[in-house]
Amino acid sequence: MKILGIESAALVASVAIIDENVTIAEYTTNFKKTHSETLLPMLNEIVKMTGVNLKELSAIAISGGPGSFTGLRIGAASAKGLGLALDLPLIHVPTLDAMALNIYSSDALIVPIMDARRNQVYTGIYKNDHHLEVVRESMAVSIDELLDILREIDRKEKIKNIVFLGDGVPVFREYIDENFEIAHDFAPANLNRQRASNIAMIGMEMFKEGKTMISDDMRPEYLRKSQAERERNVD
Amino acid sequence: MKKSNVKILAIESSCDETAAAVVEDGRKVLSNVISSQIDLHTIYGGVVPEIASRKHIENINFVIKDALKEANVTFDDIDAIAVTYGPGLVGALLVGVGEAKALAYGLNKPLIGVHHIKGHVLANLIEHEELEPPFVCLIVSGGHTEIAIVKDYNDFEIVATTRDDAAGEAFDKVARSVGLGYPGGPKIDKAAKLGDSHAIEFPKARVNDSKYDFSFSGVKSAVLNYQNKANMIGEKINVNDLVASFQRAVVEVLVEHTITVAKDYNIKNVAMAGGVASNTALRSLMEEKCSEEGLKLHFPSPIYCTDNAAMIGVAAYFEYLNENFKDLTLNAVPNLEL
Repeated sequence: MKILGIESAALVASVAIIDENVTIAEYTTNFKKTHSETLLPMLNEIVKMTGVNLKELSAIAISGGPGSFTGLRIGAASAKGLGLALDLPLIHVPTLDAMALNIYSSDALIVPIMDARRNQVYTGIYKNDHHLEVVRESMAVSIDELLDILREIDRKEKIKNIVFLGDGVPVFREYIDENFEIAHDFAPANLNRQRASNIAMIGMEMFKEGKTMISDDMRPEYLRKSQAERERNVD
Repeated sequence: MKKSNVKILAIESSCDETAAAVVEDGRKVLSNVISSQIDLHTIYGGVVPEIASRKHIENINFVIKDALKEANVTFDDIDAIAVTYGPGLVGALLVGVGEAKALAYGLNKPLIGVHHIKGHVLANLIEHEELEPPFVCLIVSGGHTEIAIVKDYNDFEIVATTRDDAAGEAFDKVARSVGLGYPGGPKIDKAAKLGDSHAIEFPKARVNDSKYDFSFSGVKSAVLNYQNKANMIGEKINVNDLVASFQRAVVEVLVEHTITVAKDYNIKNVAMAGGVASNTALRSLMEEKCSEEGLKLHFPSPIYCTDNAAMIGVAAYFEYLNENFKDLTLNAVPNLEL
């Protein structure tokens, strides 16, 4: 059973095909070139390289957000177009859940943080002892709010360690080091960004649980309204 | 490469309409599905790009499926996938471009990138079988005011453009200012019918240093000043007279310059394209002047004047004949030149 994973929620563009217990191919770039120009050529590259026929796929898993609005839509449009063309179901994988898979068999709390601008991060709180556990689902909060939530958790059950990862780390690393008293760490370069094999992994589990959707219905989870709607609600 | 019975699935998402169509051989529209978002944007007084982009991604597969169903075809019958890749709102364009590329890749069919304005111009071919290049085309919409000489199906020369606002933009701004709301074009068209277009003399939308170019900021400002002055002295304005006079100032110059181009280049066929080409005052004056000058006028039905995908399928056919195909790196180009 082969699952295609597509990730374009942030600066990373990544595509991967996994087959049960092995990643057949993964192509990831973290580079300032628009996803519109990279994502499908990258997919074409791994398909040509591995000789996988797209018709062999069971489903397409897509990083569903939150993230860059435009990045999410480029991924969504690619997945929806492929789903429609190949008559394949889609699987909407929360972007932050997939990022948490970068850390495995650890007693740390895993906290992916994506720079959401306007002084906020997209974040979630996870454990991945041996299977991924969602402690707090995806949210858009300020870094201070996030640190307070972590302190709250620490008061209830002592946190041994926290691993932060994601493109929010370069933005907030210094701030966290200076203002946060709980033991924490930052994931290294090979584990600190999105990757499509994680999307495909969660996608495979969701596929087995029947959590798929028809390509028509897939839409990103932005976690935020458009600026125009926000300003209108303030008035 | 076959030249007839070529069926193209076309996608258009450059602004606030999500549209898909199936067109055969560049003139025969088998389906033309448009999902308009206008109600969503009306409360904001204009198109909100982020809202438009979000609606596109929600609607796009449904619109494509409807287009196939209405045309009574399946993907197997389709020879190529075409998409508008500019100009337009970048976030909105990217939805159509991403979808079209994935479809072309997944179905292993050629991909064609189409210039939105080329589509508007060639929309004239749908209902005018006899129309062939060369012809002069006035392009008027919310984002464009141009006069093009269509030398061949793939060879356009822009001979006039606007120095500031697009005509449709000026309509929107004036409509908003006098309280008619959005979208300005149709609202002004309707109100102007009840007013006296000679009530007020506004400056003409031309520039001094060019025979063909337009400028709408002067007439727009004149309308706003007129309104402000009236407000200051507490005088009640007749909105119908005001917008009728404004519309006349704009329409007269659009028609005059188009006719001048046709005469200067000795071209007998004149066409109109874009949303503002539906304006009734523009149509009737253009008809009157063309017939005076012995020119033949063509314009599409309103359904092919608004943003639609059928026109993209028409333009795509001529790219198909030239085997002008795009690869998977095709990107949205918000300021794409003609």
